[in-house]
Amino acid sequence: MAGTATQRLWCKRAAKADLLVKGARVVDPTTGRDEVKDVLVTRGRIAAVGDDLEPGGSAAVRDADGCLLMPGFVDLHAHFRVPGGEDAEDLTSLTAAAAAGGYVAAFGMANTDPVVDNAALLEGLAQRAQAEATVPVGFHAAVTRGLQGEQLTEMVELATAGAVAFSDDGIPLRDADLLRKALQYASVTGRHIAVHAEDRSLTRKGVMHEGAVSARLGLAGMPSIAESIEVERALEVAAYEDARLHVCHVSTAAALEHLARFKERGVPVTAEVCPHHLTLTDEAVVTLDANVKMNPPLRPEADRAALVAALAEGLIDCVATDHAPHCADDKEVPFEEAPFGVIGLGTAFAILYAELVGDGAIDLLTLVDRMSSAPARIAGIPQPSIREGAEAGFCLFDPGDTWTVGRHTLHSRSQNSAWLGKELRGRVILTVAAGHVVWDAGA
Amino acid sequence: MTKRDLLSMDDLTRTDVDLILDTAESFLPILQRDIKKVPTLRGRTIVSYFHEASTRTSSSFDLAAKRLSADTIALKKSGSAIEKGESLKDTILTLSAYSPDIIVMRHPSAGACRLAARYTPASVINAGDGKYQHPTQCLLDLFTLRQTFGRDLDGMKISIVGDILHSRVARSDIAGFQMMGMHVTLVGPPTMMPRDIESLGVAVEHDLSHLRTADVIYLLRIQRERMQAGANFLPSLREYARVWGIDRSRVRPGQKVMHPGPINRGVEISGEIADDPDTLILEQVEAGLSTRMAILYRTIVGYSDSASEEA
Ligand SMILES: [Zn+2]
Ligand SMILES: [Zn+2]
Repeated sequence: MAGTATQRLWCKRAAKADLLVKGARVVDPTTGRDEVKDVLVTRGRIAAVGDDLEPGGSAAVRDADGCLLMPGFVDLHAHFRVPGGEDAEDLTSLTAAAAAGGYVAAFGMANTDPVVDNAALLEGLAQRAQAEATVPVGFHAAVTRGLQGEQLTEMVELATAGAVAFSDDGIPLRDADLLRKALQYASVTGRHIAVHAEDRSLTRKGVMHEGAVSARLGLAGMPSIAESIEVERALEVAAYEDARLHVCHVSTAAALEHLARFKERGVPVTAEVCPHHLTLTDEAVVTLDANVKMNPPLRPEADRAALVAALAEGLIDCVATDHAPHCADDKEVPFEEAPFGVIGLGTAFAILYAELVGDGAIDLLTLVDRMSSAPARIAGIPQPSIREGAEAGFCLFDPGDTWTVGRHTLHSRSQNSAWLGKELRGRVILTVAAGHVVWDAGA
Repeated sequence: MTKRDLLSMDDLTRTDVDLILDTAESFLPILQRDIKKVPTLRGRTIVSYFHEASTRTSSSFDLAAKRLSADTIALKKSGSAIEKGESLKDTILTLSAYSPDIIVMRHPSAGACRLAARYTPASVINAGDGKYQHPTQCLLDLFTLRQTFGRDLDGMKISIVGDILHSRVARSDIAGFQMMGMHVTLVGPPTMMPRDIESLGVAVEHDLSHLRTADVIYLLRIQRERMQAGANFLPSLREYARVWGIDRSRVRPGQKVMHPGPINRGVEISGEIADDPDTLILEQVEAGLSTRMAILYRTIVGYSDSASEEA
């Protein structure tokens, strides 16, 4: 059973792309390439990467001077809101948002209504994806039935149906024994367990990071130890079982210390970090804008800087958005009453390119690895690659294009972005996923 | 003229604060008259919207508005649409249909008044939001201090004692006291002291050993719900009173004691100190009226000096 290759991604069929992209800077960690090249796509596959390429018969020619052409991004952690939350997002809007952000694959979490905890439901979602999703999507299944933290799901059957991994994200696993059994049992499927590490006895009614800013605002705090204690516990259990653990949305320097220690010991653990935790701090909460409320919360600068360094050196394996749509009615309320979560698919690369690559904190090849190759490896899907013969899954990014984050540029049904209304420099202008053109800003 | 809200002490400059306090002082003679009413805000409408119980603050605002001849409407939580789950946005849009000049608002969530201000052309005055701000309490406290010690409060020492964690009064007062150049020390049990509160430039102490060095002791109300099982902020009121309660033995003669009310006799303050002439609690209540008259007046008429001469 372990390592069985089953389909993990589904999307609509569409016309395969015939396209010649001329003169883009091709940045591809799977080949180590970073140079200006022409890329020819024929019937959805990369036919040639070279100089002065000529279009075949019907190939559209795209001049891409000054643009970056990169393997498309893979999001390990999004909340699709399907089923049950379609007023906030559906697969059509979700994949439109993903495409506009340069994503070629995204994986949904299981905390939907109903919960993705049985194979029939997962198969139904795969069918819906084949009818609605322009960008390939896949699904996590729950660790426990109904996310109740009591009884394990039928993981083997779920894996056979195509679950990418197992997670009760949204709520922490209740106790160490449950985590232990889940890790033991999931090993049979070759899929990992992804944990949302939070000690709820410490976060309680907290709505933001506990520190100087929460002291000033009189908001109940979520202390950093609520994360680091749980991360350490999960790592201890994973080490004991030598089992595949994935730590979701790491946000604290303290958790990174644990991660470093256990990775050094060879424990098979991976970790992700969100764009907002890499670029914003708890100072942003002084606006009391519900669009900067998420869990884990924005942390102080020292944590943010540690996360960036950890991503650059590979201690954190990949970027994941934790895309969490909420409709305006739910977010246009006082900060304390608003639900946690922000969307992220549409802005992730533009923000990270501007903030991290721009100031030299991380080099571009590394960032693309963390957003594309690394998450693909963790998900067990082929790494998007700009290599002859590969299925076309890439995006084109214009670093000079400025755009305003809003309803018409996000494409999501929800606008709860931490950057709503802000002008960003650098924009994904073309995305090809599974061999189809799924986004063209010029079209 | 763009509308002027009063949402947080951060919205006010030192000049604004001095102007409000001067205006409050100019209203004092009115309150001594037989007929304690002036026509200053005749024809103006002031809506009060209290989404949290408060007899004292709402009465103080109501009387202040009436002294200035404004028309008032009150919307309270019980029996209104708020209880039926109407959103803050819809409530504010509905209230705005009365074309009020001012909405005086209290809400259990931080930032609710700022959010409300976005949805209405009326000026919003924050009468307490969550554990964040209570700027009119701060202004009346500053007025009380000024009436007691004179205009120059620079260099004075004030110790705020009690549940800082859950206190919007403390958060507004810290800003206001510091604006006047006062040195602020926070005193209370560690469970009720926000982590990293020192970043505001205050000193933090956990016992009363240095309390006598303060010019003013500012006590906060201890709320019974902090003792609920599982909350564990305090083991008991009795223990709080023993360690942090203020009685004669802990107050130096002449040391002034303040409290925003309502007081818990025998918990944070002994009956003897509550009734002592050096205690400023009743002065604070009086100051509340003239200060809130000044705030309503300034919000409508404006914050320029020329306007003050018309008063
Ligand atoms: Zn989570
Ligand atoms: Zn999540």
